[in-house]
Amino acid sequence: MTHASATQHHTSMGLDNRKMAFWAFIGSECLLFGSLISTYLVYKGRSVVGPYPNQILNIPFTSVSTFDLLMSSLMMVLALAAVQRGDMKWGKIWLFSTALLGLVFLGGQVIEFSEFVNKGLTISTNLFGCTFFVLTGTHGAHVTVGVLWLLTLWVRALQGKLGPANAMTVEITGLYWHFVDVVWIVIFTVVYLIQ
Amino acid sequence: MSDARGLASWLTTTDHKRIGLLYFWTALAFFLIGGIEALFIRAQLAQPNGRLVSAETYNQLFTMHGTTMIFLALMPLGASFFNYMVPLQIGARDVAFPRLNAFSYWVFLFGGLFLNASWFVGPLFHAGILNVAPNGGWFGYANLTERQYSPGPNIDFWVLGLQILGISSLAAGFNFIVTILNMRAPGMKMMRLPVFTWMTLVTQFLIITAFPVITVGLAFLIFDRFFGTHFYVREAGATPILWQHLFWLFGHPEVYILILPAMGVVSDVLPTFSRKPLFGYPVVVYSGVLIGLMSWGVWSHHMFAVGLGPIADSVFAATTMLIAVPTGVKIFNWIATLWGGDIRGTTALHFAVGFIAMFIIGGLSGVTHASPPTDLQQTDSYYVVAHIHYVFFGGTIFGLFAGIYYWWPKMTGRLLDETLGKTHFWLQFIGMNLAFFPMHLIGLLGMPRRVYTYAPELGVGSLNLVSTLGAFLIALSILIFLVNLWRTRTRGRPAPNDPWGGATLEWSIPSPPPVYNFSVIPTITSRLPRWTTERHGPMRDPPATPPEPIHVPGGSWWPLIAAFGLPVLALAPLTHTLWVAFAGAALLLLGVYRWAFEPFEV
Ligand code: HEM
Ligand SMILES: [Cu+2]
Repeated sequence: MTHASATQHHTSMGLDNRKMAFWAFIGSECLLFGSLISTYLVYKGRSVVGPYPNQILNIPFTSVSTFDLLMSSLMMVLALAAVQRGDMKWGKIWLFSTALLGLVFLGGQVIEFSEFVNKGLTISTNLFGCTFFVLTGTHGAHVTVGVLWLLTLWVRALQGKLGPANAMTVEITGLYWHFVDVVWIVIFTVVYLIQ
Repeated sequence: MSDARGLASWLTTTDHKRIGLLYFWTALAFFLIGGIEALFIRAQLAQPNGRLVSAETYNQLFTMHGTTMIFLALMPLGASFFNYMVPLQIGARDVAFPRLNAFSYWVFLFGGLFLNASWFVGPLFHAGILNVAPNGGWFGYANLTERQYSPGPNIDFWVLGLQILGISSLAAGFNFIVTILNMRAPGMKMMRLPVFTWMTLVTQFLIITAFPVITVGLAFLIFDRFFGTHFYVREAGATPILWQHLFWLFGHPEVYILILPAMGVVSDVLPTFSRKPLFGYPVVVYSGVLIGLMSWGVWSHHMFAVGLGPIADSVFAATTMLIAVPTGVKIFNWIATLWGGDIRGTTALHFAVGFIAMFIIGGLSGVTHASPPTDLQQTDSYYVVAHIHYVFFGGTIFGLFAGIYYWWPKMTGRLLDETLGKTHFWLQFIGMNLAFFPMHLIGLLGMPRRVYTYAPELGVGSLNLVSTLGAFLIALSILIFLVNLWRTRTRGRPAPNDPWGGATLEWSIPSPPPVYNFSVIPTITSRLPRWTTERHGPMRDPPATPPEPIHVPGGSWWPLIAAFGLPVLALAPLTHTLWVAFAGAALLLLGVYRWAFEPFEV
């Protein structure tokens, strides 16, 4: 996010330094989520008291959230394309919509979590509560970071400090955002669909 | 190195060489602290029914000894060489992300201070001094480490401290992967990289894949301890074995994170002092990569006593025996490098050869507990402690000392004294064998590890006394080393660019190097650029003064400030205060934002 020139440095593999670092970061994150998801699976069906997943998970509601997050990935693609071709008007619009859809997803998570708590499932109720809240909460934290990041870019764009020269920054933001999205697809499948 | 002076120039530095030195001195300090803890342990065990320390203090001593040595001494000593040497070996002016590099260092420092603060802050928790240090072993087995069984803040310091340190290692991991893959000088193909740089690369891949796993394991423990979850609580249907899996999934790669850099150092030192290229360079490199890959498939050999069933036990026994193969291959390559070489017996070479010898013993004892039936006789006994120390002390530490004697002149411009160096080597060599060899027997005779004393009837009193004497001999040898370091400030011989006749790029520039490292970025045409090979003459060293002005990145405060947010964040659960959490998060955010937007050109 600093200088355009940073992206033009010559590198041995021809890949931008920050982008390569980000790919490594994503690899590392795969192990983080991999461990969390494995734990969820290992502990599935081992809770000794309820509520159990099938009593509480609301698939239609979460499907909407999932769709919302998928759409945000589309917005992200459009944002990057706009910034790359120097169309900052649409760049701003798409960046903001990506962040907005991210916020909607987070709102959905807040509603879902409070509903679960009302129905008697907290993080300390049973193993399902522990693994569910820590897994989806970690994902939610990633979305939150992504939203802050997108809003930062949007504000920079409003200030006129983000242009085609920063396309790499937007591209990396996109990498992160798509990754977080893909992780959600896995979580949605593992936690909600395959019960 | 940068000529800027004063405290601020060090607090804000982004120069990889300065950060390397910071790592070096900090790790050395923690090494001494960990060593003093070890001396207390050995003094307590010198005779049966020892009464120097209580059982409770003993638990804290061995926990902090292991944790300190692994995370605060050996890993960062390795990191000091990654920092200082990798950019020089690949012909770069700095690492890919200089400020991220500074951030890694500060996070490491704060994490280390956080852990060690536990020795002194007992009174804040209504306990005495030396009362609330971590006491659950470096492996922190759940559910012993749950609030129910470890109610005090001891384990809190451990989980939170390790979580902080993990961030430092991860950040450095991304940085060095990109540096090595992307910042190589023209012509420095991957298969021309010095082996030290190669092993650094493999190590970083292990770090970025293994640390997320322990992060998750620790996060579960933090949630269990602070927020009432049941990840490791048997009554709730959970299994404490989950911790063991997560910990050893990380833990076994971690032991290779500690040994691979040392293998890299030795692979660079041996050729220099035998005046021969490394025997079978590609095989050494591929074996290192293979060890890295295989280290992911052996973790359950730490869990044979759990009773995972015959299939799991057999599989992990087989993979464990297999991993000894690439290790053995490397050993033969090193020996073949020495074979018929024009050998110069410098201190660095002494340590490198000592490494090979000691590591063979450690590897052999490793193979003896690769088999579940024999392991069941050895596990949790002093035999395992013997194994650990032959690989960590005889392996990692000997390798790193070879690196210190080899690279010290490059890092400081002064040569270490060879006579003192060899005295250090021999005392340390004899000391370590006295200290750790008897532990094989002590273990086989039935003395369990992690227990604060033993009865005279066990008949291991005299062996333990020998071991303790050995430990104090090691301490003496380290004292001599410290004297040697200190002497170089005023009486060390000034080092020329290349005191050893080395083949790799770091020897082509002044000692210590100027802030920009290379006045002209070299073009590399062979694996041993500074030696004559069949096809090439030696490279021409870069000129003493740069032909054109060179841009050098300035310093920054923000990595330090962002890093400081982490220990503050960790204080929040310890003190149960919410505003501390906000303060920590604010510091972190402030640091990261200002860092992202300050003008800084690499
Ligand atoms: C030839 C290669 C090796 C083999 C076959 C091997 C095998 C083993 C086995 C089976 C154990 C478990 C013993 C038990 O607890 O009952 C063990 C423990 C251990 N090994 Fe190795 N090992 C090898 C190399 C290494 C290396 C290179 C290192 C580190 C540099 C290392 C560090 C450790 C440590 C620290 C432990 C003890 C962990 C603990 O319980 O606290 N090993 N090894
Ligand atoms: Cu192991």
